[in-house]
Amino acid sequence: MPSNDSNPPADMPSTRSWFPAVGLGWLVPGAGHFLLKRPGRGALILASVVSMFLLGLMMRGAMFQPQTGDLLTTIIYVGGFVGDLASGLLYLLTNWLGYNQPDVAGHVHDYGTKFLVGAGLLNVLAMVDAYEIASGKKD
Amino acid sequence: MPKMNLSHFEAAILFALFSSIVLGVITKRTDSERLRYGLRCFGYFVLALIGLGWLMHFGHG
Repeated sequence: MPSNDSNPPADMPSTRSWFPAVGLGWLVPGAGHFLLKRPGRGALILASVVSMFLLGLMMRGAMFQPQTGDLLTTIIYVGGFVGDLASGLLYLLTNWLGYNQPDVAGHVHDYGTKFLVGAGLLNVLAMVDAYEIASGKKD
Repeated sequence: MPKMNLSHFEAAILFALFSSIVLGVITKRTDSERLRYGLRCFGYFVLALIGLGWLMHFGHG
């Protein structure tokens, strides 16, 4: 008989145990690991994600704006936007300070756009790692 | 913001480097395993880069 109990299962970690590390890790790449007393790994994540993001900006990459239309357009633009957004404060500061650049043709700009999304996606991996550490699934 | 122009190869190598560092950091359980995994990922990235480069070279005739 299906249960209508809305409580999480007993083996599910409480939100309070992982949310600060994951939230901080989204805002500042690697900060979740610093919070969890893994400074070496946090520093490597911070250096990698920030370097990748800054290289993307210096290559004049563009940030994705969410657009819908056919399936492929939706996947590319909404997915790209989520990837950009995953860089946290780097993305927010870029927009607030006006460093967001228009999309122009050229292989360097194209690489720049991919670097910006790639930095966000690497931060997603780091956030998942922080979640696993915070919830005790991993050392 | 300073501007930067990189070749395909330079950009792809930098992408591989940063991705390998993060993949190495988040996957394994000990530092030596992480280092080995990161280096292996970087090696695979470079192999794929060179392989695909040659494939495109021959594909374009």
